[in-house]
Amino acid sequence: SHAVLLLQVENVKLLDRYASRKAASGTLYLTATHLIYVDTSAEVRKETWILHHHISSVEKLPLTTAGYPLLIHCKNFHVAHFVIGQERDCHDVFTSLLKLSQPVKPEELYAFSYNPKMSKESREMGWKLIDLKLDYQRMGIPNDCWEITDINKDYEVCSTYPPEIVVPRAATKAVVMGSSRFRSRGRIPVLSYLYKENNAALCRCSQPLAGFSARCLEDEQMLQAIREANPGCPFMYVVDTRPKLNAMANRAAGKGYENEDNYENIRFKFIGIENIHVMRSSLQKLLEVCEMKSPSMSDFLTGLENSGWLRHIKAVMDAGVFLAKAVREERASVLVHCSDGWDRTAQVCSLASLLLDPFYRTFKGFMVLIEKEWIAMGHKFSHRCGHLDGDPKEVSPVFTQFVECVWQLMQQFPCSFEFSERFLLEIHDHVYSCQFGNFLGTCHRDREELRIFEKTHSLWPFLLQRKQELRNPLYRGFTAYKELQPNTLPFSFQFWCGMYNRFDKGMQPKQSVLEQLLSCLRHSVSLEESAAQLEN
Amino acid sequence: RFVGSLGTIVIKCKDLRIIQLDIPGMEECLNIASSIEALSTLDSVTLMYPFFYRPMFEVLEDGWSSFLLEQEFEHLSSVTNEWRLSCVNKDFSVCPSYPPVVIVPKSIDDEALRKVALFRYGGRFPVLSYYHKKNGMAMLRSSQPLTGTNGRRCKEDEKLINATLRSGRRGFVIDTRPLNVAQQARAKGGGFEQEVHYPQWRRIHKYIERFHILQESFIKLVEACNDQSHNMDRWLSKLEASNWLTHIKELLTAACLAAQCIDREGASVLVHGSEGTDSTLQVTSLAQIILDPRCRTIRGFEALVVREWLQAGHPFQQRCAQSAYSNSKQKWEAPVFLLFLECVWQIHRQFPCSFEFNEHFLILLFEHAYASQFGTFLGNNESERAKLKLPQKTMSLWSWVNRPEELSRFQNPIYEANSLVIWPSVAPQSLQLWEGIFLRWNRPSRFLEEAEEERINIIKYNKELQAKVNVLRRQLAEMEADGEVQEGE
Repeated sequence: SHAVLLLQVENVKLLDRYASRKAASGTLYLTATHLIYVDTSAEVRKETWILHHHISSVEKLPLTTAGYPLLIHCKNFHVAHFVIGQERDCHDVFTSLLKLSQPVKPEELYAFSYNPKMSKESREMGWKLIDLKLDYQRMGIPNDCWEITDINKDYEVCSTYPPEIVVPRAATKAVVMGSSRFRSRGRIPVLSYLYKENNAALCRCSQPLAGFSARCLEDEQMLQAIREANPGCPFMYVVDTRPKLNAMANRAAGKGYENEDNYENIRFKFIGIENIHVMRSSLQKLLEVCEMKSPSMSDFLTGLENSGWLRHIKAVMDAGVFLAKAVREERASVLVHCSDGWDRTAQVCSLASLLLDPFYRTFKGFMVLIEKEWIAMGHKFSHRCGHLDGDPKEVSPVFTQFVECVWQLMQQFPCSFEFSERFLLEIHDHVYSCQFGNFLGTCHRDREELRIFEKTHSLWPFLLQRKQELRNPLYRGFTAYKELQPNTLPFSFQFWCGMYNRFDKGMQPKQSVLEQLLSCLRHSVSLEESAAQLEN
Repeated sequence: RFVGSLGTIVIKCKDLRIIQLDIPGMEECLNIASSIEALSTLDSVTLMYPFFYRPMFEVLEDGWSSFLLEQEFEHLSSVTNEWRLSCVNKDFSVCPSYPPVVIVPKSIDDEALRKVALFRYGGRFPVLSYYHKKNGMAMLRSSQPLTGTNGRRCKEDEKLINATLRSGRRGFVIDTRPLNVAQQARAKGGGFEQEVHYPQWRRIHKYIERFHILQESFIKLVEACNDQSHNMDRWLSKLEASNWLTHIKELLTAACLAAQCIDREGASVLVHGSEGTDSTLQVTSLAQIILDPRCRTIRGFEALVVREWLQAGHPFQQRCAQSAYSNSKQKWEAPVFLLFLECVWQIHRQFPCSFEFNEHFLILLFEHAYASQFGTFLGNNESERAKLKLPQKTMSLWSWVNRPEELSRFQNPIYEANSLVIWPSVAPQSLQLWEGIFLRWNRPSRFLEEAEEERINIIKYNKELQAKVNVLRRQLAEMEADGEVQEGE
């Protein structure tokens, strides 16, 4: 309402992609942050809001009898097809949107101007809501074998790790520094999750700079320290989440994977999850399938298969299941890496934690999990989500895949998550919205330099405020299910219509069980109050 | 199969379950195998389970007379007097696959019906399937007209279906065959309604697959679901190649079309394919699910199954003989009824609050259509059922299901009666594999059952609270009233 209006265009049509209904007709406004379309043809005022940061592409299509079409694709899979009467207007909207949707400097991001009218104190409290130290405490760390160290406070070990990391107590500073020189970008093995029941640890790192024959004593000592921190198991797994061929190709560049002969008692294993480029093109193909105009069942299923999307989702899930099983059943510690250890590694470590520990299936726990495995450990949200005008080859739906894996688990275990699908969609929206500081930049150091803790808001308190609408009414509580052991046969994976066709309302169920149950619960609460009053 | 003296019997059930029995002793194993073989392939209907089944429950209501067409007609008579009950088929002589009584336009007498029956395949003259109270439009069903190559016509047939039209309005004939098949049918004496003789009717060909194509699709899908391979591409391509979901989509599309003609176009509709006993019934019954809120209640759905499937002469005994694991190519086997149930499930998924029954109810009907202790689904039509004396000699499924303790298992906790027409989406993204049938035996159901329990608990708690608050309010009101009386004194 008080936003600055940049542009206003009358007589704009918004086409409905699927329904044969008459196109809406109305006015299009551009503000500094949003594209707003007001449907004036409908009896009730209907507004469509599109955040500029959500726009992934704007296309001018060939002139039609109705006017000049403008097709907008969004990162949250909203597709809006406008038709504008005048060529000039269309061109103005087009160029404005190109500029607005691809900010060049970080300061232009929404988070730096977003002002929810909140006191400085509450804003700062918001950033303190998630404390990773508490999560390590929950795992019993520090303990005899593991310690939280600030060895990285000046980013000397690794520029993309947070200042504080968890490493084996037995690893001396020399070991840490030595290992850091032998790991790509200094991303040494650190603890991701400790399974308290049997001391098996889930650790993560980047690929070793092993080439064809190089070795590093400190790195070998580092792995030994991790293995020995878990005396219950004589060996440890080293899992490379890349396809074997990719890992082998890396050797020629002086990188590669661990040689089993050089590391004592390790079991080395490849899990073939494809790289960011394969995933990007897979999503592209999936979206093309989702956008087909009245496809036959065959077209859709063939397209779904050819996109490879569900195959990749299954690969990530299988890897998570393998890690969780190794930790729980074989009582073995696992060290996971891919190339740099910030994409596939983040996916499978967070998924394995979620499978092992019911805490991560609560609101608070899921926030901790994302802060810990994704934000703190340097998943490059800014590049992967294309927050700024940059290299399109760096964009990839790595986080989206993780969110989908969680959704797939919700389908199999409907009572085991405190939150519903809506919470996932909400987070997914904000990873791209740049409205909150959490997902800006590429790593902790980057965010410090951007001064996001001083200048922006954290997303989590805003989501916690909306707990009532984001909760899962079927949740059976923290203790009902311990580990999740999902079925990963192909038929257990469904196409997620609520994500990829989320804005095609006609395709969604017309009545929502979730909404029905939530309103029933709300009603019950008010009845409880009435009953209490009446009894008095 | 034998390994040493340990024999293994693999039993593949009609409900798609596969059971493996390990039996020590070769002879015992062979004996058991041959007994099961013999007992599961009985020739005579009268040797089947329903004739020996002794119910362990008290019959509160005889299901054999729960759903009489006379009751349906009474209901109809309260809103219109344009229709009548005809007993022209009381001895099954006019149409062997029709019930003894049918509903037809009032202006058409039995003599005309006899003539029309001679003009329609198998004597299946057009009868009322559904009357849309909202606008007085009717859905009729029949079999194909016997026009033959020389374009035979039947004035009574034309008069009969024209009697359902409002003056000046057109109707739609939905032919469930593609045009070329309908044209070819003329060579064998069949045919379709030609424009010259039915000028007020617009014919739409909406192709729905038949018989062995459907059965092959069913077999392929079940095979894909039993595949334990971890290869995602293989699963998706098998799912696609089975064409099962294609059939579901086509069927729902045809049903929506029929419903649209009636509700949106305000036109009467005649549906038929060749025989009028399969795709015709799928379309007419699904259209009613979409249009008529009554059909979405438990009682109403049972009535729909009785009226549109059992009484309408869907040959259950032929279609539901072997299910998906049959290796002998049964010529008449086809999952026509299962496809209907799955379409209902798909609509249910999209409108989860609009159905009084839950998924288990649909699964129950699937199971009993293929194998049952009850006589309901025996025989191919009412005439056969009468000859077998099923009502006297066997128990009806409805006698059992409609007992309060059974019914409670089939109730949808979040049901809220909805009087609207419900239009399902037929986009591929909106359709899913029916896990409750096809993956039922292949994955643990515990977590899904717990979710169902939770849903029930939430609703139950709410209702209990509401009742409690109501009681408290009443007590308070009484106390206040007492107080006033005392003050008045």
